[in-house]
Amino acid sequence: MFDGIGRRVVSLWFPRLASDRVLRRCPLDGPFALTQKISNTDRLYCLNHQALKQGLHVGMPYSDARAFCPDLQTTPVDLPQDERFLHLLRRWATRYCPWVGLEGRDGLVLDVTGATHLFGGEDRMLADMRMRLMRAGLSVQIGLADTRGASWALAHFGEGVAPVGDPLPVLQTLPVAALRLGDKTTTALERLGLRKIGDLASTARAPLARRFGTDVLMRLDQALGHQPEDITPLADPPHFGVRMTLPEPIGLIGDVMAGVSRLLDQLCAKLQTHEMGARVLTVTVRRVDQDSQDVELRLARALHDPQRILPLFERGLAEVDAGFGIDQLRLQATQVEPLRAQQITHASTTQNGSAGQLEDLVTRIGARIGLENIQRFLPADSHIPERSFLIAPVAYSEVPRGGTWACSQPRPLTLFPPEPISAHGPQPPKRFRWRRMSLTTGRATGPERIAPEWWFQDENWRAGLRDYWRVETTQGRRLWLFHTPQNPGWFVQGEFA
Amino acid sequence: MQILGPPHFPPAKTRTHEVYGPGAPVFAFALAARLGGPCLWVRGGWDAAQINPNGFAPFIDPADFALCNTKDQMQSLAVAEEALRDGAVPLVVMALHKPLGLTEGRRLQLAARDGKSTGLALISEDMGSNAAETRWHCAPVFDPEYGGEDSTLHRWELKKNKSGTLGVWYVRWDRASRRIVVVPPAGK
Repeated sequence: MFDGIGRRVVSLWFPRLASDRVLRRCPLDGPFALTQKISNTDRLYCLNHQALKQGLHVGMPYSDARAFCPDLQTTPVDLPQDERFLHLLRRWATRYCPWVGLEGRDGLVLDVTGATHLFGGEDRMLADMRMRLMRAGLSVQIGLADTRGASWALAHFGEGVAPVGDPLPVLQTLPVAALRLGDKTTTALERLGLRKIGDLASTARAPLARRFGTDVLMRLDQALGHQPEDITPLADPPHFGVRMTLPEPIGLIGDVMAGVSRLLDQLCAKLQTHEMGARVLTVTVRRVDQDSQDVELRLARALHDPQRILPLFERGLAEVDAGFGIDQLRLQATQVEPLRAQQITHASTTQNGSAGQLEDLVTRIGARIGLENIQRFLPADSHIPERSFLIAPVAYSEVPRGGTWACSQPRPLTLFPPEPISAHGPQPPKRFRWRRMSLTTGRATGPERIAPEWWFQDENWRAGLRDYWRVETTQGRRLWLFHTPQNPGWFVQGEFA
Repeated sequence: MQILGPPHFPPAKTRTHEVYGPGAPVFAFALAARLGGPCLWVRGGWDAAQINPNGFAPFIDPADFALCNTKDQMQSLAVAEEALRDGAVPLVVMALHKPLGLTEGRRLQLAARDGKSTGLALISEDMGSNAAETRWHCAPVFDPEYGGEDSTLHRWELKKNKSGTLGVWYVRWDRASRRIVVVPPAGK
């Protein structure tokens, strides 16, 4: 396959990746384990060194483990975080070579062909890796060989380096499990007396293939280099930033806008190919005197349309102090969201026209008062008046459609914090004073009893049950009064339309 | 028989109007229902009174309602002007607590004309600006005959009108037809 130069593959195995990740955050002394809930039982998922010494093992039920080792400390495992951490390690490993792939859930595989001399040889490169990972608090086992299979075997079973050439002499003393075979196959091979890779390699191939299928031989060939095996490097996430350096400094708003317009065209083309939309954009304006200013634009929804974004920049760019002139512009989408391409129909264009205009308006107002200050109401499932709706920023919530606002009883148009009035008894008062007005009850409708939601701790509902009355005053106003029978008192909480 | 609304309602579009009195929010929602489409409500973020979506759901769909909380009146006016000039929303309601100068009032009128949208300022009594196209006083009235489940009887008085006559009407919100109807005054 490779004639001129031998391929060299490093396999990194992090035997305690999950627990190391947690312990890096909060170092602990003593046995520690991560637990995972599998079919309603907590089982140990990953253990640290001390816990292993106590005789605990992976897959053990948590209750058993606690009986063996009472001072065991545990936390539940967070698999997505572990995966993210492994991706971070993969990115770190590209410092050694560009061709880095993931190996399962707890390993990396690096194709270091032709890169070892940059670190002073294979041994020094491995020592460097080991030193850096140890400093980061990660335990690692490293294997280096000509093939991916052989390096995996070395990393998992007896660390070591296979010299260039046939890896069989190094591998032949390793158990057959080192060939990345399933547990069942491994057991079956061991029952036949084929315990070492060397035994397997010296056995006749045809009966093996008949007995176990081609899988065993494929893994053996991959380890020994008779069959090729690829390493799939992960693509780096796309970078959404463009810049422009100008031969002569500029200072007019129109010129800066023209520059930003060119950058936006490039950036939006890139965003469109990745089906992403920018949520936050930053223009960095560098002046001749090396000073730089940032203009940030927070959009009410993800966009990748240069014609719509450009006018929104006008306000921010007008405030830039150009000084002696601007000689570099840099545009970066600092926050992006997936934005799928949509079918354009007659109906959607007319609808999107006004919706798009409204979103641009929200963006412009948001630049003035902050996007989180533009709010809309969302329905909530509660009979407590204050909690029967949610307030969410327009920019970060979807429009709820559908008749979820149906309320069996009329509700007031305005709600305010309860304002006490002086009255006694369970019936609404005939006369009362509220906000320095003396009011007379003309008609009272009620009571409507609302009980507090005991599953929430709410200061305002400490007084217990509330009996709500709709009181029409002869002065005209319709007020929403309530009486708290468990803690006598009368309050005004709202006004009806 | 055709049900009629008050003759000057809705007030002229592409203008800014003023309303005051305890029934002012009802006027605003009735106008929003009449004009249709989204409504932007600008108010000071310090206001403890909460607009209840369950309360105005009979008037307009709460999904069509957006609330802007501002820091001070200057910001409220800036936001309202921007929204009026943009024309994306047919109605911009602004709750003001300080008197409006002639310059600000005129700017709002120009913005409403440019954006072809209606502005409505909720003001306190005696704080009207000369630039307003119309000024209404709205107050609920107690009706001894009809009440309870019925909507409140309101007295709308047109106090100022730059291009027309003044008048007083007694109105109710009709839930079925979702519009304001003129009714005889209470007790008649």
